[in-house]
Amino acid sequence: MLHENICEKGFLDEQFVQLEELQDDDPNFVEEIATLFYRDSSRLISNIEQALEKSPLDFSKLDNYMHQLKGSTTSIGARRVKNECTQFTDYCNAGNGEGCKRTFQQLKKEHSTLKKKLEAYFQLARQIGPVETACRPK
Amino acid sequence: MARKGGESIRQRSPQKVGDFDQPSSPKLHVLAVDDSHVDRKVIERLLRISSCRVTAVESGSRALQYLGLNGGEKKSSVGFDVNLILTDYSMPGMTGYELLKKIKESSHLREIPVVIMSSENILARIDRCLEEGAEEFLMKPLKLSDVNRLKDYITREQGAEKGGRGKRKRNLQDDYTPSSPLLSLPPP
Repeated sequence: MLHENICEKGFLDEQFVQLEELQDDDPNFVEEIATLFYRDSSRLISNIEQALEKSPLDFSKLDNYMHQLKGSTTSIGARRVKNECTQFTDYCNAGNGEGCKRTFQQLKKEHSTLKKKLEAYFQLARQIGPVETACRPK
Repeated sequence: MARKGGESIRQRSPQKVGDFDQPSSPKLHVLAVDDSHVDRKVIERLLRISSCRVTAVESGSRALQYLGLNGGEKKSSVGFDVNLILTDYSMPGMTGYELLKKIKESSHLREIPVVIMSSENILARIDRCLEEGAEEFLMKPLKLSDVNRLKDYITREQGAEKGGRGKRKRNLQDDYTPSSPLLSLPPP
């Protein structure tokens, strides 16, 4: 099933479960959060992309963007994306530009994969109604 | 209960005047400050589910504006309505710590409890905030249990204030707000 897949593979963590539990009388809540997340994170990713093209790299600025991105990923429970953020921050702190760029490619991949999974999940949720949440622990 | 000036209102509860007709206890009004859209939305939800009124703003300066500190004299009465300020630490422009300082420096706002949130567990940061007068320092992401605990704490503190039992900085007795000509004005 889609929902088990999304959590078992580590795309989303406990925080996502918490958000679903907050849904209550507002069935669109999680989807709204996800939409906001994608809007904010896409903007930040684009900023980071531009910043990574500069030379020399402004690590402080990169760190700043990444901090914001990491914040959002934490709030929605996007575990894999968050891990890439942490990795990026480590490289940033070490002044390792190549490491940053490599990690960033990975980050974008995870970000985009998660987006597809969430879109599919919400579509399914809309069809079947709020019967079962994505990552409810069994 | 006759509305004689602002006296009876203040003693009954620090809430705004519209709460006269509420059968149950008036809702706590929380001012949430966070630059992240996602976090603002989540916090709003957490607070609303916990039966709090929420005003969410995106920056420290907007928060000060709302509280009437940025030259908005007539807004001060709105600021007094706030029972708790819940602010993120890392924000561009003015950090949560800087916001906390400004609030504590203000004679008419310093009694409002301020709670700081952060995704980073940095001891020096936590200490600094607590020393500056923050009630608590919470790790993000916030949980419902955090909000419930805060609610209980604030509600208890209000009860203590009314009883005249001062605690730390809180030594206002029956006056939740200091005397102000605004309180004799009709509600907006």
